[in-house]
Amino acid sequence: MRINRLEHWLCVGVAVVFALSAGSWAQETEYSESQRLGMESHIGKLTGHAKAGAPLYQRFCIGCHGVLGDGEGENAQWIDPKPRNFTLATFRCRSTPTGTLPTDQDLYDTIGRGLVNSNMPHWLPLTNQDRADLVAYVKHFSPKWQTEKPGTPIEIPAEPAVTADRIKAGQALFQKLECWKCHGVEGRGNGPSADTLTDDQNRPIKAFDFHNEERFKCGSTDREMYKDFMTGLDGSPMPSFADNVKPDEAWDLVFYLRTLQPMKTKEKHIAKQLGLKPINPAEPVAQPPANNPENK
Amino acid sequence: MQIGFANKRSAASPFLVAAFVLSLFVLTDSGTGYAIPAFARKYGLPCSACHETWPKLNVFGQTFKDNGYQLMNDRDSPIWQNPAYWPVTFRITPSWHRESVNRVAIDEAGGTEQRITNHGFDLSGLDILTGGTLFNNISFLLTPSSDNTASFHFESAWVRFDNVLKSPWLNVKIGKFELDNIISEKRIETLSNNGGFYQLYHFVPLGDNNAFGQIGDNQLGVEVAGHSLNDRTRYSVAVLSSNDGNVNLPANSYSTFITASQAFDTGKLGVDRVGAYAFVGKAPTFSLNSGGSPVVGRGNKSFHREGVFGLFYVKKLDFSLFYQHGWDSAYWGTSTPADGTPLPAGAQAPTWNGGFIETHYTVNPQMILVQRSEFVRMSRQAIAAGNPGAFPSNAGDIDAYTFGYRWYPFMFSRAGFAFHNEYAIARQRGASPSGLNLTSSSLMFGFDFDF
Repeated sequence: MRINRLEHWLCVGVAVVFALSAGSWAQETEYSESQRLGMESHIGKLTGHAKAGAPLYQRFCIGCHGVLGDGEGENAQWIDPKPRNFTLATFRCRSTPTGTLPTDQDLYDTIGRGLVNSNMPHWLPLTNQDRADLVAYVKHFSPKWQTEKPGTPIEIPAEPAVTADRIKAGQALFQKLECWKCHGVEGRGNGPSADTLTDDQNRPIKAFDFHNEERFKCGSTDREMYKDFMTGLDGSPMPSFADNVKPDEAWDLVFYLRTLQPMKTKEKHIAKQLGLKPINPAEPVAQPPANNPENK
Repeated sequence: MQIGFANKRSAASPFLVAAFVLSLFVLTDSGTGYAIPAFARKYGLPCSACHETWPKLNVFGQTFKDNGYQLMNDRDSPIWQNPAYWPVTFRITPSWHRESVNRVAIDEAGGTEQRITNHGFDLSGLDILTGGTLFNNISFLLTPSSDNTASFHFESAWVRFDNVLKSPWLNVKIGKFELDNIISEKRIETLSNNGGFYQLYHFVPLGDNNAFGQIGDNQLGVEVAGHSLNDRTRYSVAVLSSNDGNVNLPANSYSTFITASQAFDTGKLGVDRVGAYAFVGKAPTFSLNSGGSPVVGRGNKSFHREGVFGLFYVKKLDFSLFYQHGWDSAYWGTSTPADGTPLPAGAQAPTWNGGFIETHYTVNPQMILVQRSEFVRMSRQAIAAGNPGAFPSNAGDIDAYTFGYRWYPFMFSRAGFAFHNEYAIARQRGASPSGLNLTSSSLMFGFDFDF
């Protein structure tokens, strides 16, 4: 076999390329191989493995959430709202009570759903297994997952029928709970406190504008909206109202907020028939209608 | 002067070095990648989110494209971008390459055929990719593209109305666009003169002059496309002017490209996809002229291409499979204008079959190995055997083989850079000027970059 000088140097060149690339990858794996990579997630019959999630995280997530999962990826400085800091293990979209860890299913759902009005897209095109592996990898960033268990998901009662009384009751609750201070009297996200809102890392944050948005961060169904009140959005100024609101009242609030949204809804139609006006914080809170048995 | 190695042992040593280092990088693989920087800048995602390695799309990138370059997170409208954001990417590939053709008719040698080899430093053409959204659910792509002498044309220019009736199943695109080939030649990982295209996307039998049936060429028309939310199921139907993407209405005829595919979640292996396509149309075989210039095409004759394709993933290893059956009218096959000119004796519609298998090993988003084996086999020549002008049964058959790798040495979401090394060889039977087999090969070392 004869190899000329050109081919010899080509071989050497290829070898150098491979050596350089090997070096750069070795550098990048230093962190991921040393941290809690035995972490697992369990979603239905799926078991996710942090080790399998590592390359997926590096491919899809690292630009925003960063190598260390601290939300300081190279693009984070350009992004608003800022990417989640996984090392804090604080998550907004949960089925569990405020202050507790979310379930694996919660994280899995968030990855699949994405977060509207942020740079987080939905990752439905990935395989279910990939998303389960990513959940495990996200968990590996915080030691909390080794010392605490996720909270028990809250119970969501069956959704009652929408009535005019329920919508009026929801509006009264909107005033009583002072939702308007952040969300504004018309739900436009322009309440008197709106400009002062910050997240748990002291970064400015906007109140949700119901008039411009059809979708919510943690899902768009009535049940998901209900969940938002009762679990709160940890890490944001949105508290849990689980201690202040009865389950049935929470449904009233859901129905009222649906009247504020831009799309056509049954609630909006009823509100129009009622001639429902925005609340006036200067006036006393309207008494809940008597025909709502839960409010008697 | 060529210096050979003295013995087998010394000859093997560079291979051993290469093998050793190759094993090193395989053992230490991990990393991230990057993509078309205009989109990466817009969304702040790593380019590897959309590309296995750029420019090849992964399953998420395909969805992003199918959504009209939108993430569907209510931040797609340009109003969310910094006013300084400019949705433009430039891409070019300076290279050293060597081209060799075994039979070229040389004038100075009285027209006899010689092997010709050229090598040296060179440039590719330039692509200026401007794409994104004009508003929520209105997307666009404009690609002024030049050859390596900076002679420009519009490779793509389209606007697309996405999620019509709030449904991902209805998207309408108008303009000049790439046909909806899941195995995209525009995102091919091989770039050399012989390997930088798919043979079947441009195949024309010997003696055939149908330039309109090339599914690799961007076409002018309207496309209706749709997909499921997770993009597992997708379809598209395009009605195209039969002018191979050329402007100024050279013909009054149309063709149709239809494709549909279904993907499957195969768990840890990845997302596999199978699909089918058909390209059916008529195009003019001659033009009416005025003052010596063509004014309108006439004598429409038919052609069609149809086949199946598949994308199969086995973790980091993936296979792209493609099959095509082709048919051209006898007028095309014999280059006969349908203006009353009689077909030659024995004329018949030429048909062929072909396919390719392209294999990628994505070590990580910074390194990809690629090989492709292609073949085209004539099943019926345009003039039946025994008649004047008939080709041998295998004339025009193609065998092509390409392999190479791309290495992306740094991670940065504002620009892309790849060291590209590739070898490709193609043989077409009976295609030399004297009717012998024509073999050509390319060796390429390039620096492919975009920003």
